[in-house]
Amino acid sequence: MAKEKKKRIRRSWTKNDVELTLLALPTTVWYLLFCFLPMFGLIIAFKNYRAVGGKSFLYNVLHSEWAGFKNFEFLIKSNDLFVILRNTILYNLVFIVLGLVLSVGMAIMISLLHSRRKSKVYQTLMFFPYFMSWVVVAYFVDAFLNVDNGMVNTMLRNGGSDPVQWYMTPEVWPFILIFMYIWKNTGYNMVIYLSSISGIDSTLYEAAVVDGANKRQQVWYITLPCLKNVIIMMFILNIGKIFYSDFGLFFQISQGAKGSIFNAVATIDTYVYNALQSNTPIGMTSAVTFFQSVACCITILLANALVKKIDKDSAII
Amino acid sequence: MAKTREMEDSMSRLNRIKPQTNFIFNIIFIFCAAICIIPVFFVFMISISSEESIRMNGYQFIPETFSLESYQFLFKEGEMILQALGVSVFVAVVGTIIGLALTSTMGYVLSRSSYKLNGFLSMVVFIPMIFNGGMIASYVVNTQMLHLKDTVWALILPLCVSSFNVVICRTFFKTNIPDSVIESAQIDGASQFKIFTRIALPLSKPMLATIALFLTFGYWNDWFQSSLYITNTKLFSLQALLDHVQRNIEMMAKNPAMGLTMQQYINNMPKEGARMAMAIIIIIPIACTYPFFQKYFISGLTVGAVKG
Repeated sequence: MAKEKKKRIRRSWTKNDVELTLLALPTTVWYLLFCFLPMFGLIIAFKNYRAVGGKSFLYNVLHSEWAGFKNFEFLIKSNDLFVILRNTILYNLVFIVLGLVLSVGMAIMISLLHSRRKSKVYQTLMFFPYFMSWVVVAYFVDAFLNVDNGMVNTMLRNGGSDPVQWYMTPEVWPFILIFMYIWKNTGYNMVIYLSSISGIDSTLYEAAVVDGANKRQQVWYITLPCLKNVIIMMFILNIGKIFYSDFGLFFQISQGAKGSIFNAVATIDTYVYNALQSNTPIGMTSAVTFFQSVACCITILLANALVKKIDKDSAII
Repeated sequence: MAKTREMEDSMSRLNRIKPQTNFIFNIIFIFCAAICIIPVFFVFMISISSEESIRMNGYQFIPETFSLESYQFLFKEGEMILQALGVSVFVAVVGTIIGLALTSTMGYVLSRSSYKLNGFLSMVVFIPMIFNGGMIASYVVNTQMLHLKDTVWALILPLCVSSFNVVICRTFFKTNIPDSVIESAQIDGASQFKIFTRIALPLSKPMLATIALFLTFGYWNDWFQSSLYITNTKLFSLQALLDHVQRNIEMMAKNPAMGLTMQQYINNMPKEGARMAMAIIIIIPIACTYPFFQKYFISGLTVGAVKG
């Protein structure tokens, strides 16, 4: 492999190479501007960044003072860091585990239904929430939880109890957020797993029937092992995003992720967004995103290395 | 042929789950499907409730009095919605075209294994998948260096390429367009541009359709870019408008009816119903089209699952 590479480098440019480079140029420029410049911009986490009017961004970055780890110190001293880290990681863990179990379980169940037509109808209906943006979903939630008019409070009132300020009650939010995540994503994930289930060679099942395996044994010894690769791939992809939260879910559904429910719903992303909208110095918030980017990169590589150790073919890198 | 199919059928009939289990599973799925659809139905019912009935009884599945006043109000104040619709459509169309062009060219170049810079460009595409600059750095670059704030390009450019799509594209070209075809075209004197536009693209319409759909739905549902970069209400997309309206529906009221002051007009507008009616207006195009596109979404994902 290494030898091949060396050979490639020594080869001189052909007309082909020039043409292909021209074809790739616009996208490369895009990557440079929208992916690699922000990576370089991460160093503002170590700077006392100030935007000077009329000067370019690069000039500002290079000419602002070094702050060392001051931004990070400040961040660690504030209590927020612990809360947002805990929320981000715990929510993601629950999402990964619960999402996996539910969507794989439902995919297997739906593949066992007798009627193909009914199964198609269920799939289509359950796929629907995936196509809604979180803004729209926030309206749905509001219709149920609104303090004055919401369905739940109306029912409480009719039942003789006091209405509850749902958007100010932290205890219920973990359940709401988990439910909404499951509501929006399960149908979609189910369909992904279902498409791999339908790709399983049917002769495997036939052989199992001949050997006298019942349906449960078939699921356990054929379907699940065949799904292993897809499950691992989805798992690595999700673990890699464990420091990122689904911003729309946490921000829109909770209507801003601040106030009295901050401790229950704030994640790294909502925290950064809210800081960006307020007057918090940019250096401090960029310390959070720096940490997020690095941590995320490390988790992906670790998850991949782990998988590689267990099962070489399943690793994605 | 017919016989084997018959055999298979009888085989699978033998290997079915019990009717009772099937029944229970059906009940479970009916329940799940209902949970997925009911909120939409509920919001729709609110949007056709009269404001009076909402004030008296809160939101109800079956309101006491029906009324189309919310839709009439939105129709009357249609200017803003139409403008937002224009922005949404423009962003979705232009974004999808730009995104497709950038993604497919890169995918094609990366699929040519004899290309000199292949290794380098693969890294360019691959690194952002595991490491990125994050929200703050992107925000600073986009506003202070590229000056995208309050331009429609802030809604389009940051979203138009994703490494995931590029990898789908590359894998598709690699597996579906054999090297021999390209070599023979080169012997006939075709340049790489010609091969790309005349051979590669026409052969990969299904994959391009999938990516176009990913992009279009992504743009149509995006509100985050707006909330970061857009303050000018003229550049609001539908989603951004909906996002703002959640906090103050009053901004929709611009054209008071004859003989009313602005304040009276605002007080009398169907606030609750109009919000929900706007949500319904946004849902309708998606709800009507997604069943037809559904299968492309799935096929795209399974193509992308091929190891990069």
